[in-house]
Amino acid sequence: MSGRSVLKRIDWLTVFIYMALVLIGWVNIYSSTFTEAEPSIFNFSTLHGKQLFFIGASLVSVVIILAMETSFYERFSSVFYIVSMILLLGLFVFGKTIAGATSWYDLGFFNLQPSELAKVVTALALAKYLSDIQTDIKRGKDQLYAFLIILIPVILIIPQPDPGSALVFFALVFVIFREGLPLYYLGIGFLVVLVFVTTLMFGTVWVSIATVLLILLFFLLRKKKSKIPILPLISIAIACLLFSLSVNFVFNNVFEQRHRDRFSLWLRLEKDPNKLEQIRKTIGYNSYQSEKAIESGGFFGKGFLEGTRTKGDFVPEQHTDYIFSTVGEEWGFVGTTTVVIFFTLLFLRLVFLAERQKSDFSRMYGYGVISILLIHYFINVGMVIGVLPTIGIPLPFFSYGGSGLLFFTALLFIFLKLDTNRLKEEF
Amino acid sequence: MRKILLSSIIVIIGITFIGRLSYLQIFSFSPDQVLEDPAIKRIYDYPERGYIYDRNGKLLVGNDPAYDVMVIPREVKPLDTLEFCNLLGIDKEKFKKELRKARIYSPRLPSVLVPQLSKEDYARLQEKMRRYQGFYIQKRSLRYYDTPSAASILGYISEVNERDLAANPYYIQGELTGRTGVEKQYEDILRGRKGVQYIQKDRFNRDIGPYKDGILDTLPEQGKEIHITLDKELQEYGELLMHGKRGGVVAIEPASGEILSLISGPTYNPALLVGRERSKNYNKLYNDSLAKPLFNRSILAESSPGSPFKTLNALVALHEGVISPSTTVTCYNGFFVGGRKRGCHCGGGTRNMNSGIYKSCNAYFASTFRKIYDKFNTTDEGMDVWEKHIKSFGLGGYLGYDLPTGRPGRIPGKKFYDKWYGDNRWASSTIISNSIGQGEVAATPIQLANMTATIANRGHYYTPHVLKKIEGKDITDPKYTEPKLTTIDRKHFEPIIQGMADVYKKGTARWVQIPDIEIAGKTGTVENFTVIDSVKTQLTDHSVFVAFAPVDNPKIAISVYIENGYYGSRYAGHIASLMIEKYLKGGITRKDLEKRMLEKTLEHEYAKPFSGEEFKINEYVW
Repeated sequence: MSGRSVLKRIDWLTVFIYMALVLIGWVNIYSSTFTEAEPSIFNFSTLHGKQLFFIGASLVSVVIILAMETSFYERFSSVFYIVSMILLLGLFVFGKTIAGATSWYDLGFFNLQPSELAKVVTALALAKYLSDIQTDIKRGKDQLYAFLIILIPVILIIPQPDPGSALVFFALVFVIFREGLPLYYLGIGFLVVLVFVTTLMFGTVWVSIATVLLILLFFLLRKKKSKIPILPLISIAIACLLFSLSVNFVFNNVFEQRHRDRFSLWLRLEKDPNKLEQIRKTIGYNSYQSEKAIESGGFFGKGFLEGTRTKGDFVPEQHTDYIFSTVGEEWGFVGTTTVVIFFTLLFLRLVFLAERQKSDFSRMYGYGVISILLIHYFINVGMVIGVLPTIGIPLPFFSYGGSGLLFFTALLFIFLKLDTNRLKEEF
Repeated sequence: MRKILLSSIIVIIGITFIGRLSYLQIFSFSPDQVLEDPAIKRIYDYPERGYIYDRNGKLLVGNDPAYDVMVIPREVKPLDTLEFCNLLGIDKEKFKKELRKARIYSPRLPSVLVPQLSKEDYARLQEKMRRYQGFYIQKRSLRYYDTPSAASILGYISEVNERDLAANPYYIQGELTGRTGVEKQYEDILRGRKGVQYIQKDRFNRDIGPYKDGILDTLPEQGKEIHITLDKELQEYGELLMHGKRGGVVAIEPASGEILSLISGPTYNPALLVGRERSKNYNKLYNDSLAKPLFNRSILAESSPGSPFKTLNALVALHEGVISPSTTVTCYNGFFVGGRKRGCHCGGGTRNMNSGIYKSCNAYFASTFRKIYDKFNTTDEGMDVWEKHIKSFGLGGYLGYDLPTGRPGRIPGKKFYDKWYGDNRWASSTIISNSIGQGEVAATPIQLANMTATIANRGHYYTPHVLKKIEGKDITDPKYTEPKLTTIDRKHFEPIIQGMADVYKKGTARWVQIPDIEIAGKTGTVENFTVIDSVKTQLTDHSVFVAFAPVDNPKIAISVYIENGYYGSRYAGHIASLMIEKYLKGGITRKDLEKRMLEKTLEHEYAKPFSGEEFKINEYVW
């Protein structure tokens, strides 16, 4: 396949949104790391200069990715996966520690974060396994293997410690679900989160009462010949009650204070204004400052390089995890909405692309890509605007960081490459 | 379902985010960002408060720089404490104590370590200060008074309170504002406008440069200097004369309404309310509930005007045509009203208007007063006419002078008496005391002075005021520069003024003449009462005097009201004549009189009601 036909067939809409996000991201990195002393764009000693270099490097990697044979990614996905897991293991010996997490290899000119690579190859490996003709996702054993593919990197990443990155892998459950994982898996997951959150907010007593009432209501309204089994429902209700009871124990005895504070802040559990102020100054400082920065932007924002809180470095980690607050302060509601719409469009477009794949592998990988990007976006923006607790993961294409940008780009463009080949049956 | 689940999640997330963002950025957003933004610090540049000069350009109030040694405890580096203490002139213990206090207050914020250094200490310290990290010298400006007098007119400044903050958004906590007197009245002119600099800060509260390159910054606007109408020398002299006496003295230039002096006794030195001792001194003054030094009697004390009020009744009667200057009344050492005799001190005999005034005959004016009412069919009508005429002299209502406090006095009308006695249950005989300035009429010393100025002007007055010039330019406010006409025809004033001149020549004040100056005046002796142990008790009469001089070309009109000073010419008359001589001649020839007035006090009179014993009133003791 010639390079010309790749350019012809590649989905330019996705490419365009990708370019737009990267550009907007860089402009905001420039603003949040800008100092009057170093206004130059091409100074590689500055963070925005470095990011510009990584954008260049990412474009180079796009060229390489598109130039590869399509079958390369499917064929070698298992190898990539194993290599990647070895790299994760190797961190325990050779890893470089930054900010308390041993997550990097020091390659001299830049720090490689293997967990970023692992996201790409896990998506590939999962797609490969699920698309195998012998895999039947309805079978318990195959479900187990699929979950193992996701869990191995999680287990290797948690002790770094980097719970944020580990969390991301769970998004890949969506891929399995799309391919036929029984609905109740999601139902259970949803129930767990619901009971956990409501127990924290309203207490075990109210949750128990609500559960019992719901069950009673169900019996009262049930048609006589309803086929919904009663026993499993009651056992679910009992499980919910037990879980609700255990939530407080886990929250108070297993969680550390900083985790508790994050939840208190998120769910507005703390009503004492003095303690709230204390939380805002300590554990909730980032969230509070970032919310305030976004709020102060108003509808039109303060303008490029005019963000006073950005300039004053009030929001920590603003060029990395909290980059979205810069958008909020300097470009206002107009800017933040634009970014949200761009991301939404990107994801919807990717779903559309994934669904039109003829090859199972391509579709499943596509879903993997969407899951991973979506959970980053959801958790990151949710945290920055204060609807989710603080979990430190970057915003794809936006946040400052070399390996992040490089691997998100690779993640996306491998899929786009697969998409160019959707009409050919190469196998 | 499996196919659309992900798309739905994507859309729901998008909507949730936009919802939250619109809540933050549209609904929670407030446009006063600059005021709340912790990233922007405002530094204020305070202009110097305007100076206040007297009518002759003599300084009354200026500013004095004060230097405070400040400390930011967190920034203090180890230092040679002994050397530093020597430099500051304090001992080591005190230094440690103050530093500890400052640290308890706040380690990050500046506190005063040593307040109000002298200029010499400041000069010595300034150069060496750099060696001591965490310490610096802050310059402040304090009001400086170049006179021990005029406290009640000048007023004082103090820190703004909650009410000021709510009323005027200009002020912020800790700023100063004029609290009383001229300082309050002309606050906007004297204060100027503070300049503001917006500084961008980082989260460690370090300055990182001007906000928006300083386009929002403003320069301070200097406070304007003003000249007030007071005559510094006359004011100071008057306050000396008022030593040990309670009451008010107001002198006005009739031709302009300018207040030459406004004295309240007892008073205090304005410098007491400046600087570190301020609140201690203030409390002392505030708690003196007997002498009430903070109570400005010259504009707040409403009391019966006494005999000077007779001149107005005479004017009304002349205008209404019920008497002529030659009308006579026989005085039987008193007069009869409703079968009761009221006394008179004039000596008895036949009085015409001239002698009625200079001998202050009560019978004459009681008769005159009744004639006014008898002209009309009903008392109500007569009352309306009388009230209208009297009020046109600026009595019975706020005068409108430019000081922030004042009282309206009282000229009772028919409503007042209808309420007091009931409809149609009163007549001119009931209210006859008003004819001689007792009864229900009440006026403040400044109203009496204005009344005198009106007579001196033969029928008009200018609203009394204290502001003369702003930045060297005369005021042009028509409120103070346009004459107010009385309702009395001008031609009726001459006979009255003749009578007032005769008060000096042959009447009740003949012993207080000033050589070469022709004065017109009127004495007043006001009966007054207090309540001691629930018993209404009469006290020594108030001594009242109004005068203007020279008669033909009046330069000064004055009212003097001395509480419990006995008859009119005893204290008030003497003080008035001394003030007039001082103002017109610049010096005093009658040294004996001056000495007596300066030395005599009335403290023994004021102590009487509190002695707990029987006491005599109206004693003839010099």
